[in-house]
Amino acid sequence: MPNKRPFAPLRNFNAKVAAVPMIATVLVVFVGCTLWTVVYSFTSSRSLPVLDFVGFDQYERLFRTTRWNVALKNLAIYGVLSLVFSLVIGFILAALMDQKIRFENTFRTIFLYPHALSFIVTGLAWQWILAPTFGIQKVVRDLGFETFEFSLLTNSRYTIYAIVIAGLWQGTGLVMALMLAGLRTVDDEIWKAARVDGIPAWKTYVFIIIPMMRPVFVTTLVIIAAAIVKIYDLVVAMTNGGPGIASEVPAKYVYDLMFSRGNLGQGLAASTIMLTTVLIILVPWALMEFRPTNRKGGAK
Amino acid sequence: MMPVHSVSIKDLAVSFGSVDVLKDLNLDIADGEFLVLLGPSGCGKSTLLNCIAGLLDVSEGQIVIKGKNVTWDEPKDRGIGMVFQSYALYPQMTVEKNLSFGLRVAGLPKEEIAKRVAAAAEILQIGPLLQRKPGELSGGQRQRVAIGRALVRDVDVFLFDEPLSNLDAKLRSELRVEIKRLHHKLANTMIYVTHDQIEALTLADRIAVMKGGLIQQLDEPLTIYNKPRNLFVASFIGSPAMNFLKGEIVTQGAAPAFRSGDFVVSLDGYESQEPLTDGAEVIFGFRPEHVSINDTPGPADRSCAASVDIEEPMGSDSLIWLKIAGKPASVRTEAGRRFKPGDNVWLTFNPAMASVFDANTENRI
Amino acid sequence: MSTRPSIGEPRGRKPKRFLSPASIMIYGILIVAAIYYLVPLYVMIMTSIKGMPEIRLGNIFSPPVEVTFQPWVTAWNSACTGLSCEGIKVGFFNSMKILIPSVIISIIVASVNGYALSNWRFKGSEFFFTALIFGAFIPYQVMLYPLVIITRELGIFGTLTGVIVIHTIFGMPILTLLFRNYFVSLPPELFKAARVDGAGFWRIFLQIMLPMSVPIFVVAVILQVTGIWNDFLFGVIFAGTKNFPMTVQLNNIVNSTQGVKEYNVNMAATILTGAVPLLVYFFSGKYFVRGIAAGAVKG
Repeated sequence: MPNKRPFAPLRNFNAKVAAVPMIATVLVVFVGCTLWTVVYSFTSSRSLPVLDFVGFDQYERLFRTTRWNVALKNLAIYGVLSLVFSLVIGFILAALMDQKIRFENTFRTIFLYPHALSFIVTGLAWQWILAPTFGIQKVVRDLGFETFEFSLLTNSRYTIYAIVIAGLWQGTGLVMALMLAGLRTVDDEIWKAARVDGIPAWKTYVFIIIPMMRPVFVTTLVIIAAAIVKIYDLVVAMTNGGPGIASEVPAKYVYDLMFSRGNLGQGLAASTIMLTTVLIILVPWALMEFRPTNRKGGAK
Repeated sequence: MMPVHSVSIKDLAVSFGSVDVLKDLNLDIADGEFLVLLGPSGCGKSTLLNCIAGLLDVSEGQIVIKGKNVTWDEPKDRGIGMVFQSYALYPQMTVEKNLSFGLRVAGLPKEEIAKRVAAAAEILQIGPLLQRKPGELSGGQRQRVAIGRALVRDVDVFLFDEPLSNLDAKLRSELRVEIKRLHHKLANTMIYVTHDQIEALTLADRIAVMKGGLIQQLDEPLTIYNKPRNLFVASFIGSPAMNFLKGEIVTQGAAPAFRSGDFVVSLDGYESQEPLTDGAEVIFGFRPEHVSINDTPGPADRSCAASVDIEEPMGSDSLIWLKIAGKPASVRTEAGRRFKPGDNVWLTFNPAMASVFDANTENRI
Repeated sequence: MSTRPSIGEPRGRKPKRFLSPASIMIYGILIVAAIYYLVPLYVMIMTSIKGMPEIRLGNIFSPPVEVTFQPWVTAWNSACTGLSCEGIKVGFFNSMKILIPSVIISIIVASVNGYALSNWRFKGSEFFFTALIFGAFIPYQVMLYPLVIITRELGIFGTLTGVIVIHTIFGMPILTLLFRNYFVSLPPELFKAARVDGAGFWRIFLQIMLPMSVPIFVVAVILQVTGIWNDFLFGVIFAGTKNFPMTVQLNNIVNSTQGVKEYNVNMAATILTGAVPLLVYFFSGKYFVRGIAAGAVKG
């Protein structure tokens, strides 16, 4: 940005040079590429991008496609279940970890290690455990329960739940760590005051601590939600969208349309829908979070 | 018949692992007394308060409140209310809910709760704030609400854990007076932890000066100030601090005197607890305001010449720094008098107001 | 009535039941949860050291009757991806080739940028920073195709350079946030004193800020090593077939439809792929937690 004061551009020259990659990333990638995608989603592009505007045609076709609707439905199921369970389980684990327990570090290490793994590794591990002919189903049947049914991966109605289980395994530790960090910021004297007031521990959590941790919950929620929309590798590794199209998700659908099936217009429209979903989550949060100050503009 | 003590602490000890925080502590607090626990950080004063509150388990000994042994009781069953340094208000609740939450959990009838909240709000003048949240209040208002939360519990014993430390100097002195007024009005027992000696001196009926997990001295404020029982209490209390000179006891005429090098001052009039034996190594302590500074010599046995090092005018009075027996010492004088470095003056001591400590045991003699 | 009960009554430490219902519940839940978290790792390891006949007959939870490390050797050296049978080692070295330059470049760029944003703000710098953070939330799918076009035009599509540039770009938001927040937390007097002493942009960065920033660089390295190693999407699109990283190779080995499935080899390959971030995690616990927590800190 040019500065009107005579020597200022020179004085801040180094800082501006240092910020060039950031400015380029923002302008070219985040703004430029996103706009490009949105604009071309309104064209009739197929295997190559062409600037031939067709209005909402691509979107109308998209929402008439069974596979896309399955993908959206799966994302909704996966999203709601992941959010609810990871927040609830994550908070409960964090609250238990906060009871001055022994072996806290051991427990934390165990709960968090899946988060260090690739979704591909997680997906393949759970694919193996849930494999009907070798995994849990077979183990229980071998114990004598001949009719035991636990074939999430082959029964197309339940495949998405298998992905939820694997996703929770990988992600809940992170929520626990964030919640625990939040709990640790609660002033010790609040707990003391509650004890003097004779408030039982669970009521202290429900009526005092959780309301105090609202910002932590909101931030965690936004982070998980943004990650949920991106869910891709886990599905590729675990089911590759199958059986059939049963565990299709939007991110994978977009990838397939763009890079294997050469239907660019559909892919771009689908990815624009993904963007819209994220904005619906992000904008209210941003308005809430950055409302009070933080709007000072450029510093001198 | 012995009076019923409000709070009695018997042979109390607290240790965390191998660290002894409190040792063999005995303390009786009378009904309606304002007791201040005073000491530097880490002296065990907050630990003691937390034990009385039941927020910390004791390792040894007993705690009795209003004749009831509460050593193993939960805080809520001890008949205490507590005010914290960080206020510890529940941030998402209005002032009214903050005051009433504990009562509602305890299942008190609605009218009773409303009555108590109204009474507390009246006493603390926080009526207009009842519907606000703590975040919208100033520090002083928050602390008033915190006191209110203890007030509505309708208890006999109030515990304060450094309640004014988070406030700025002006608010601190205002609230100090209010707490004192509150004590006069309610006349219940208050135990107050602070590291601020001014708070201790102004508020307390009695002060317990603590160090290293032990009570060093338990007395009325003026006794603590004028007759500190050992060197630690003497140096901890008083601002500007007491002056100390190391020397020995000599006999001057019929009376004992203190000598350090050429400096000799009579101890005639000093109420010693033990005989002052000739040649005993002692530390002579005197407060800056207990020395007068003159242009002419005073009585020969308690007077000496000195030259001014520097002056510190403080508005209400002035502190003059000079050297006595080669050691820097301070003397307080009226605000109007001015001194220049190098001025020669005469100092006159008041043995009755001095303190003499054994140089080895550091106890008052 | 004596105010000092000398004996009897409660005195001393409050007796605690060794196993109170509350602590049984707390440890019970934690242990059950820990088992849930550990089972997949256990199953993977057990499967990887069994022979195929034993896998077909036995159960996935039972320890091996006969321990064999052949699956690990096969996984490393000769597992087939559908294209070739050179094992997961190809992916391992590809991942290293992607990882090392990506980590170094992305951290240099982001640390200098974070430093500029904290100490040398200029008109618009805060705006771009906010935009950068918001950019982190845009699904990659939205930007993928235009990026393919751009990299193709630059001639780096399907090359190591291409995937390194992509990692640098998408690592920038979180790393810049991390560094900026860290530099902001340093005492500003330090920066002012250095400026009064006449030090400039780079001298202050290299001689004052860097020596104080070792912990945050450790956090950044951990964040990037695990993040880039675990990447699948960028590798599969931008790296080109011969540079496929380990995650892509792994997926190709396990999910390839040709030949007989060798589950023990698959699990060995899976563990090998997870080993690098797991080792980083186990040796850096505290810093790892700081790294993921940094993502939750608002800018």
